Parts: sequence; structure tokens; C-alpha cells
Amino acid sequence: MNPAGIPEQARRAWAIAKKDIRIYYLKGPVLIFGIFMPVFLFLAFFMGSRNLPFPFLYSGLLSMTLFFTATAVSPAIFPWEGSARTLERLASCPVTIPTIVLGDMIASLLFGIGVTAVALLLGLAMGLPLLHAATLGAAVLLAGCCFSALGMLLSVPPTNVPSNIMMLSSLLKFPLVFVSGIFIPLGEMPPWGMAIAVCSPLTYFTDLVRYAVTGTNFFPLLADFFALAAFMLAFTAVTMVLHRRTMPMRM
Amino acid sequence: MPHVIEVQDLTKAYGTTIAVDHIGFRVEEGEIFGFLGPNGAGKTTTVRMLTGVIPMDGGSARILGHDIRAEPVQAKQRIGVVPETSNAYTDLTAWQNLMLMGELYGLEHGHSAGRARDLLDMLGLLGKKDQKVQAYSKGMKQRLILAMALLHEPVLLFLDEPTGGLDVQSTQMILAMLRDLNEGGTTIFLTTHNMDEANRLCHRVGIIRSGRMVALDAPEKLKAAIDRVHLIDASFDREIPPDALSGRAGITEVARSGDKWRITTDNPDAAVRSLLEASRERGATIISLNTLAPSLDDAFLRLTRGKEP
Repeated sequence: MNPAGIPEQARRAWAIAKKDIRIYYLKGPVLIFGIFMPVFLFLAFFMGSRNLPFPFLYSGLLSMTLFFTATAVSPAIFPWEGSARTLERLASCPVTIPTIVLGDMIASLLFGIGVTAVALLLGLAMGLPLLHAATLGAAVLLAGCCFSALGMLLSVPPTNVPSNIMMLSSLLKFPLVFVSGIFIPLGEMPPWGMAIAVCSPLTYFTDLVRYAVTGTNFFPLLADFFALAAFMLAFTAVTMVLHRRTMPMRM
Repeated sequence: MPHVIEVQDLTKAYGTTIAVDHIGFRVEEGEIFGFLGPNGAGKTTTVRMLTGVIPMDGGSARILGHDIRAEPVQAKQRIGVVPETSNAYTDLTAWQNLMLMGELYGLEHGHSAGRARDLLDMLGLLGKKDQKVQAYSKGMKQRLILAMALLHEPVLLFLDEPTGGLDVQSTQMILAMLRDLNEGGTTIFLTTHNMDEANRLCHRVGIIRSGRMVALDAPEKLKAAIDRVHLIDASFDREIPPDALSGRAGITEVARSGDKWRITTDNPDAAVRSLLEASRERGATIISLNTLAPSLDDAFLRLTRGKEP
């Protein structure tokens, strides 16, 4: 057994992911930011936008659900573990910093996919059409990875006060929801709005979900997948590099 | 005998404060090495660098032949770490914490489970293995941390103040286990500011003060370095002023210590005679008279006095 080899480090990342799921995914901030928030946002717009069709709005709810759940816990895990000193325990174990980050990302991804699947099943039960299931599955997987990496990127500042990170996280996440075509169709956005929308990974995921349930899309599907993959790779690479620098500062 | 720890010019700075200043030492296989120093001397920072938790700013450290900077995973795979503060996951049970450690060290589940059961039994925690750690006392948490550090049978164990603030039962249990482990061949690097603990356990000690190594030797040799100095504690049934004691034959220094006088002397015989003389002159009765041989504590204080940068 080579403890530093990729297969062994991947096994250990999975152990970290299981630990995260067991410990963190039933805490208050997760429920608030991961589940209640997208539901309340959806209800608010559903009440105020009765002229928008149900599949359009519900596809937005699915996008928000994955986005909020996959980024709900990951930004706060490092500060939580830093303040509880359990991060020092992990750091003294034979795992690399990328392994710890990967473990946290896997847990976020699984939680995001799980809650989104429940939201999808509820939608189907309410009559939501599912026209392109394979596209939706691939999009959820890719976007889940992308949003998990974004969540870990948000935890880079070396503070061990979770509320600081959650505030920073909210400052980024809420504006993104409003500029990513969830409530306002991309085609109806002003040029400045479109300029911002193309910079958000949530835009491309929303476009793919909308295609899966309404059959219409704004960008070519390949462009959506390519953009999501590019964001995912960039977020993952940057978060790995930055956590290597800042994690020792938490000890 | 091979060296399991080789440290050269190890340095760490936090801003303008130098926490560890170019220290160097070696630890041999099978020994218990005590790393002593007052609070803030740099002990914990050194341990964190040696265990790969924080990076060093300069120098080098080889742990079991692996450069801790170049091959941290290989080094960590064979060491166990008991930190100063308990850092088990309090939302998990003791059993879940141990199983997590097993997975992080790449152990097979069956092997982890058997080993965890043995360790919990040995440390008196088996009956509470399914209880969440948040309900554990400080002593129980520290015993659990020791079990977590030993699960993968490390050949080198780092302990940072393992008995700090613990009750007598937990302290004795941990110290006895450390002796047994060492007899079984485990090398132990023990950080402490408890001189008595170091004196009883360690084959060699290194003393650090303000980030610098000020002594490195066997405890008895360090004590021998100051053996000409003795202390005498004396108490009387009535108040005797210090000037009635100081300046007499054999008495070098007089200091109040609670309800006693602490006399420093390099001639205990003359000092005791002087104390008897002083008590007779003042019409006082001696209630207690104790001569204290130099301790490692004294050696530590003497060796580091006046060396503050």
C-alpha cells in the first residue's frame, strides 16, 4: 500500500466525506441555507409571478436547490473544524490537503444531489414534465461538482468563525440567484444583465434544467456543458491551491 | 542506534515573533524523549512542525527517515499524535471516531474494529464506546485521543502535554500505558512542562526556552550539573524576620514560601546549624525542617535563568 498514492488518498477522501455527512448535514445553517431558502424564494416568486408557467418556475427551484444545498455546508466545514481543533486531527493524519478538500466536496455533492432528487420527485408528482432525463442527470452531476468546489472556495479565508464565512457566502450566493436567469428569462435580460449572467455558472445549469423540463434553452447545450466544466475545473484548481496556503493558518 | 527524529536548524516565525529559533536535536529509536519548557516556549509549535500540521520556515526535520516536508504522508502513516487539546469529533461516538481513524490510516475494517475494542478496553472506555464524545469528561476524551493515536500501531508517538489538567486516575493510566508502549519498542516524544513527569519517564530531555534549546541531556545529568545547590524548607512556631536568618554561615539566600522560609545553600550542614542557632536566639521552636535535593525543576530554572533573549 502506498499511502500517498491516488487510490489510497481517494479512499481516505471518501472516509472524510462520510464523516462530514454524519456530522454536518443536519445542522441549522444547512437547513436554512440549503433547503428553506430556495423554497421560500420560489414561493415568493410563484405568488408574485402567476403569469410564468409552472415548469419555468420549478426548473428555477431545481437550480436553486442544487446551488444552495451544494454550497450550504462546504464553506463552513473548515471554520467549524478549525475552531473545534478537529482540523488539526485531520492534518496530523496521513492525508494531503487536497484529500481533505476533496472529501468535503464529495459530501457537498452527495447532499446536493440527494436534496435535488427529492425536489425533482416532488415536482414530477405535481405534474412537472421531464423531457430530457439524461441531460438533467448529467447537468446535475456536473453542476454539483462545480457548486461543491465553489463552496470550498468560499471557505478559503483562514477564519475559524463560521458566521464570517456564511456572511461572505450569502453575499455571493444571493446576487448570483438573481442574475442567472432563474426568475427572469435570459432572453428578457438587458445587455448589462446578460454580461453578468454569462459570468455565473448557475446560468448554464439553469439553462440545462430548463431544457430538460420545458424543451427550450438559451445557449447551445454543448456550450452550457463546456462552461460548467470550465467553471468546475477552475474552482477546483484554485480552491486546492489556496487551501494549501491558508489551511496551516487555521491551526 | 538509528535516529527516528532528526531535526536541524528548525525555525518558525509568526510575524516578527520567532517561536522556534534554529533548534536541532536527535531522538533515538526506543527512547522516551522529553521536550520541556515553560508555556509559550515553542514546544507545541515544534511538535506541530514535526508532525506536519504546520509548515516550518527554515531548517529540516526527518521523521522515521522521511523528510516531513517532502514526504509528509509517508511519515504520518507511521506516527501517532496526541495533541494538547482533545480533538476527537464530539458529535461522533468513541467507536465512530476510532473507525474514522482506521479509514484515514488505510486499515482494514476488521483489523480496526479488533484493535479499537482492545484499546477501549485497556483504557476503560469500552462500556461507553457508543456514547457521543461530547458527554465524555476531559480525562475520558484524553484517553480516547490516545486510543485514536495508537489504533494503527505507530512506531513513534508524539504527545503534547498529555496529562495536563487530568485527574490522578487518568494521569496514572496514561503514564502506565506510555511505559508499556515504550517497553514494547515504541519511541515516545513527550512534550510537557511537568518536570516530575519528565523525570520519572524520560531517558533524555531537551529544554526549550523562548524558542531556543538551552539543554539536552539525561535528567540525572542535568540535575548533577546543579548538585551543589540545595534548598531547605524551615518553619517556626513564631515569626522570625529574614534578617535573623540571612548572612549566617551556609545560608546563601532566604525567601518566604507560604508559612515557611526557603533557604538556598551550598552547604546544608552549616545551614541547618545556623537555623538551629537562629531559632534558639529568638526563642522559637522549629516545626518542620526539610532538605530538598535538586530536582529537574531546579535544573530547568537554573539552566534557563538569565537567558531570556
